[in-house]
Amino acid sequence: MLWNSRSRRAGTPLRVGKTISLAVGLIVIGAIFLAGALVGAATDKHLSVYSVAANYSLPVVQRDGRDYVGLLELLEPLGKVSARSDNRGWRLRYNNVEGDFQTGKTHARVQGRDADLGGKFIEENNRGLVPVTSLTSLLPRFLGGPATLHEESGRLFIGSVATHFTASLTGNNPPRLVFHFTAPVNPSIATEPGALRMTFSREPLVAPASPTLTFGNKSIPSAIYSEGNGKAVLTVNATIPVIASFSSDGRTVAISPASAPGTAPETAHVPSSTTPASGGAAVPAQPAPAVSAAAPPPPATRRYFAVVDASHGGDDHGETLSNTLLEKDVTVALARSLRQELESRGIPTLVLRDSDANLSLDQRAVFANADRAAIYIALHAASVGHGVRVYTALLPYGSDDRGIFLSWSTAQRTSLPLSQSAANAVVSEMQRRQIPVRTLTAPLRPLNNITGPAIAVEVAPQGSDSSQLTAPDYQQLVTSAVATAIAATRDQLGAAP
Amino acid sequence: MIPRHFVIAIAVLLGAVLALSFYVWHMRTVAVSAPIASPDTRPLAPPVAGPTERVTLFVAHDNDGTLRAESAQIPLSSGRQQRAEELLRALLSLYLDKSSPHVLGPGSEIRSVFLVDPGVAIIDLNSAFADTHRSGVLVEELTVASLIHTISANTPDILKVKILVDGKERDTLAGHADLSSFYDVTAVNQLATQLQ
Repeated sequence: MLWNSRSRRAGTPLRVGKTISLAVGLIVIGAIFLAGALVGAATDKHLSVYSVAANYSLPVVQRDGRDYVGLLELLEPLGKVSARSDNRGWRLRYNNVEGDFQTGKTHARVQGRDADLGGKFIEENNRGLVPVTSLTSLLPRFLGGPATLHEESGRLFIGSVATHFTASLTGNNPPRLVFHFTAPVNPSIATEPGALRMTFSREPLVAPASPTLTFGNKSIPSAIYSEGNGKAVLTVNATIPVIASFSSDGRTVAISPASAPGTAPETAHVPSSTTPASGGAAVPAQPAPAVSAAAPPPPATRRYFAVVDASHGGDDHGETLSNTLLEKDVTVALARSLRQELESRGIPTLVLRDSDANLSLDQRAVFANADRAAIYIALHAASVGHGVRVYTALLPYGSDDRGIFLSWSTAQRTSLPLSQSAANAVVSEMQRRQIPVRTLTAPLRPLNNITGPAIAVEVAPQGSDSSQLTAPDYQQLVTSAVATAIAATRDQLGAAP
Repeated sequence: MIPRHFVIAIAVLLGAVLALSFYVWHMRTVAVSAPIASPDTRPLAPPVAGPTERVTLFVAHDNDGTLRAESAQIPLSSGRQQRAEELLRALLSLYLDKSSPHVLGPGSEIRSVFLVDPGVAIIDLNSAFADTHRSGVLVEELTVASLIHTISANTPDILKVKILVDGKERDTLAGHADLSSFYDVTAVNQLATQLQ
């Protein structure tokens, strides 16, 4: 009894203490859950969708360990879409295409044909959820065109909407890294010590063949492409303070030293509101040099007169000229030499491949055509034969031109006379310098896809020794002749539309 | 004390492991000692017999990068399509010779030639032809021009030519000459003139 009376006496403060402890515990647990929810909300997965009609983003939900997305919400911005649910399942109608989905089933029927979803269909509150991985097979059934999913980064490309880019470094002191995009871009720019980061959240930017681009320059040694959570990021590594400037309606972004002369007038040195780490040309207090960023200025229209294309690159080695010499390496050296020769004659020049990147033939043509350069010069190297061969396009049979729309395979047709004039000028100059030369037509892509004047120059050694192809004297002899010929026909080529 | 049936089971399993090991070792020895299958060089079709005809082959020469007309006396079938195939095989035999002026890789073969009206010729090369072909604009263009100009010069009414490799479309012959489109015979004939 004594024990009982003691425990009763002591019970009141004990219960109060327990209650307080319980309340504190619940508050702490609640706070943890709330924080977790907030953090979770901040890191919610999204699917970025790029299409001709619209670019938009959708939330991705996790069900059964898989990523799911609402099909109705996905199709809504693309066309007329409706959905209804009844005892027979969930039915979706997009324009004139109908799809039937059953909860828990891994297959659906679209226009009466079976479609594999790769996971169970889920209906929640009249929303139809399909696995994200099923979109590449499911969407073409509804849209009638291809859909490409970058699953890891949550990016979905509907149709041919991808924006490609090239990077080339012009000049060594100061260096200027120029990115050319096939469509206007407006990335947000952030800086950190030793790097400038451009984040493309709305643009359907796609990776080059090699995600790491190296430029062989101490100040701007490399750039890296990456993707994640619906965004593409280009990180430019730099050992000096650099700024980004925009031109050509946002199709060109140039990275150059912050104090480099000659970047104006295209460069606007205005701190961007989207540059959290930037403060104009401010340099973070770090041992490593920093970079800063500038916002896009009013559109400018710089136009390269010549586009020089170092053929091959990356996995495509071209001809193996010797045990240690690949065509792709010789063409880059020739391209750099030709750029120097052309620019020393006052001809603005873009080198399409200035690193060991792999560019497809279509990409090369797209860049040359988008830049509307007055002349496109593809460079090749060969061990067979002697001297130099200058080629113009040998067009394939027929043409699918429809009015003002040119066939891709014969896009060169209208510019062929000017291409032949340029080739003849190069041949004359080579002959004047006593370099063995001949001119031919060749079935060599992408010459036939270029809408402006286009030639290819194949350089072979003058003798039988392929190592001459790497000799700076020989390279300069050839590129100097090409540059002189292009400069001589500048007026004629520049008048081309 | 280990139960008797358990000991028996372990012994049986060990025996099986030993037996299988021996069997695998034996099979490996047999596989290693087996002769490696050599490429099948047996002819697919009987040699053409009968009267021969004089034809003109356009032969590529690497030393000066030219295409030269050379006469040859070869047996030809009466069928138009077979004639086209035999022409190109005669041309190929020149290139596969040790003293060839335009060397092609070993195993290169014309699988077949199809003539489809109106005016379409399809030349189907084997994969060895393209895979072993030397890379370079001129060297590839010489091969293409040689094949197309030879077939069009000896087979009337061909307007366009498509080159396939192993029955499939291929981007380029060896990194340069475009194989993705139909060749315009008129344009190739002009190229052949440039190359002469």
